[in-house]
Amino acid sequence: MENKEFKLVDLIFETEGCDVGVVLDRVLKRTPDDIIMDMIDSGLRGRGGAGFPTGLKWKFTRSESAYDKYIICNADEGEPGTFKDREILERVPMKVFTGMAIAGYAIDAKEGFIYIRGEYRFLQKKLQSQIDEFNLMLENKGLDFKIALRWGSGAYICGEESALFESMEGKRGEPRNKPPYPTITGFRNKPTVINNVETLVYATMINKYGVDKFKELGTRDSHGSKVFSVSGDTPKPGIYELEMGLLVADFVKEFGDGDAKAVQIGGAGGTCVPRKKFDDFIIGYEGVPTGGSMMIFNSSRSMYNVLHDYLEFFTEESCGQCTPCRVGCQQLLKGIEAIKRGERPPSYLDDLKSLAASMRIASKCGLGQSVANPFSTIIDNFREEIIY
Amino acid sequence: MTDVKELIQAKVKSIGAKREALMPILQAIVEEKNYLDEEDMIQVAEALDLSTADVYGTATFYTFLDTVPRGKFVIRVCKTISCHMAGKDEIVDTLKDLLKVDLGETTPDKQFTLMQANCMGWCHKGPVMLVNDDIYTELTKDKVIKIIHDYMGS
Repeated sequence: MENKEFKLVDLIFETEGCDVGVVLDRVLKRTPDDIIMDMIDSGLRGRGGAGFPTGLKWKFTRSESAYDKYIICNADEGEPGTFKDREILERVPMKVFTGMAIAGYAIDAKEGFIYIRGEYRFLQKKLQSQIDEFNLMLENKGLDFKIALRWGSGAYICGEESALFESMEGKRGEPRNKPPYPTITGFRNKPTVINNVETLVYATMINKYGVDKFKELGTRDSHGSKVFSVSGDTPKPGIYELEMGLLVADFVKEFGDGDAKAVQIGGAGGTCVPRKKFDDFIIGYEGVPTGGSMMIFNSSRSMYNVLHDYLEFFTEESCGQCTPCRVGCQQLLKGIEAIKRGERPPSYLDDLKSLAASMRIASKCGLGQSVANPFSTIIDNFREEIIY
Repeated sequence: MTDVKELIQAKVKSIGAKREALMPILQAIVEEKNYLDEEDMIQVAEALDLSTADVYGTATFYTFLDTVPRGKFVIRVCKTISCHMAGKDEIVDTLKDLLKVDLGETTPDKQFTLMQANCMGWCHKGPVMLVNDDIYTELTKDKVIKIIHDYMGS
């Protein structure tokens, strides 16, 4: 397994010499197809967590013939342990908007929307005036593209792309059936590119520096760098942009407090890696992928409480539309509580694990499907803590 | 207080009398008075040519679109894992003591509503809370007492 050493990178938050107007001018001199080819070649994959190749997403949307197409920036950051998108929007908003404009030019869209969570409402004034400024710059450059803001209202599920479209259309944020995918049927049922905040900044930086600089970083399947949100039992919580492909053990050495017993990678819906497996995985698509959430737990923490928190979170945030997720989340939560109280035998955990496995197969969207990740990895590695 | 009718009309003017205007309208009303009452939802339904049940069904999907009366200041303490580990229980207890209300309740003078909410995106600076749209991070017992007293005085 190829792994990379710990290396801080400064692409996302780099402000020195980053004139987005210059980047845009360069983009506008090239053809949309060339831009898309570069994005494919860069190997950039969605930084929200799902990891779909960004260039392909753009290519599929470009090949649709609809007159109306849309670019959406997914800023509904809600995964527990993630706070990078807010930080990016606060510190380098112009680079996010530029990524949207580049995508708009590439797929021939005239409108872009930023869907941002209601919890970040305090950003509204500043963000709106920066958007106005940016729209004006585009107008002056003769690019027919406009960005507008749309707000969420406290629903984690709206970070799921099709739920986000529903919410933007004024409906309950209930995920749609897929396929068709957003590249064909997205917002207003039109072809839509929906990218995470961080992904759009990388699109800007790839167009600033060229593909090679991006590809120099990372491993074979995980090109480039990524912004990590580090929290939990760490002496230095915060935002770090690191080269992809770091061994979990090296991450813990850098950020742990010397007593780390587990790292939850990818948020509540992510994977729990216990101390004995720190050397077995890299952070990246070949190992454990993540949208950036890295939560460290030391030996003073009860993994029962951790799992209980996650299950409570999913129970509350499940949209309730499909039965496996709505009922499954509740039953997993009730189940571990019953075992803890001694009302159910320890073997009941295996029944719950098979329920979680069914949820992975039968749930309609990523929320219900991913509950099995934390559930099985915590149960498998910390079974005695859950029972006693 | 701005008239709800005016809020609706302003949004309809900028977005159109279509379903897409629903969230922005509901958000604008909540921003103004912190919750939606029946009369508001009936008016919104009429303006957008939707059934009232549809408006209610949409509003109740979203945690921040409250359909029961809330105080002037809605306090939401983050209860998700990082904030939990960082000591949000002490913050909630402090607020309960200070405001003499339980979770989900509003003070008799209709000034404060105390609630918990899921992850707010400040996991490196827990415990945190929102008071309406304003975020307060790295809370301690003393800090919370001061913040609330400032609101009480405002």
